Amino acid sequence: MVKSFLRQSPLAHLHLEARPLMAEALPAAGISISECAHTTQIAVRGQSSDPAFAQAVTTALGIALPTDACTASGAPERVHMLWMGPDEWLVVGPAKTDDRIGDKLEQALNKLHCAVVDVSESRTVVQICGANARSVLDKGCSIDLHPTVFSPGRVVNTVLARSHITLHQTAIDAKSGFPSYDIYVHRSFAEYLWSWLEDASREYGLQMNP
Amino acid sequence: MLLIPCPFCGKREETEFHHGGEAHIERPKDPDALSDEAWAEYLFMRTNPKGVFLERWVHLAGCRRWFNMARNTATNEILGSYKIGEKPPKGAR
Repeated sequence: MVKSFLRQSPLAHLHLEARPLMAEALPAAGISISECAHTTQIAVRGQSSDPAFAQAVTTALGIALPTDACTASGAPERVHMLWMGPDEWLVVGPAKTDDRIGDKLEQALNKLHCAVVDVSESRTVVQICGANARSVLDKGCSIDLHPTVFSPGRVVNTVLARSHITLHQTAIDAKSGFPSYDIYVHRSFAEYLWSWLEDASREYGLQMNP
Repeated sequence: MLLIPCPFCGKREETEFHHGGEAHIERPKDPDALSDEAWAEYLFMRTNPKGVFLERWVHLAGCRRWFNMARNTATNEILGSYKIGEKPPKGAR
């Protein structure tokens, strides 16, 4: 675990917190993007066919193990779990959570055949939502994101603009029907992907939130 | 562009995958007993059929798992994919 005063987001040098001021001239922005830095991310590997493993994860985190391919469990604003492969998951905790998720998991799983690794610093999360969010992602991603096949709770590991990402649809606005996505990107690709998203969003009007 | 059916994630675009050569090549049980020719045969020589070919793929940008696939090298028709350790689909052999 990196000491908190040393933690720096891979997008920190872009000074995103100063950007919303520039976007005020665009009230009808079709895209809203923001960085959700410093989330807790724990990679968990184990056998989902082992009931003891699934039970231990549920006991430690209070959410079920998502055993179906390309799904997530738990509420996106709290601790949630993403399916990364048939024996691999990513546990994600919000930025301002206590850092005990890893400890809890290790304690619960220490007698089982599995692996628990803190990978919090490896990726950052870019959140994108708005009327045209799907159109922007469609420009660089081959996954069918139409609401009939891709709904909240779906998770895919895929390629966006040639960089490897994990795409998680977190919500869909009940009134407007606009989706929200979390994009997990490796930190060395974060600046590139952010620039790509900014460029791809330009035609729809872009609002950046700190 | 091929749509490749990953046995774990479903159909995905070819760019998410990486090709791993011919499948079902068994490592000799006792390599020390092999002649140089037989060892070279195991290491380097591959069938190169025009038609159905059983090959390995890895879903590199997805679930990162290796699997096998039966593909027609002449038409690019995909007869099916199957997990490591499973039998090829019917009609592939």
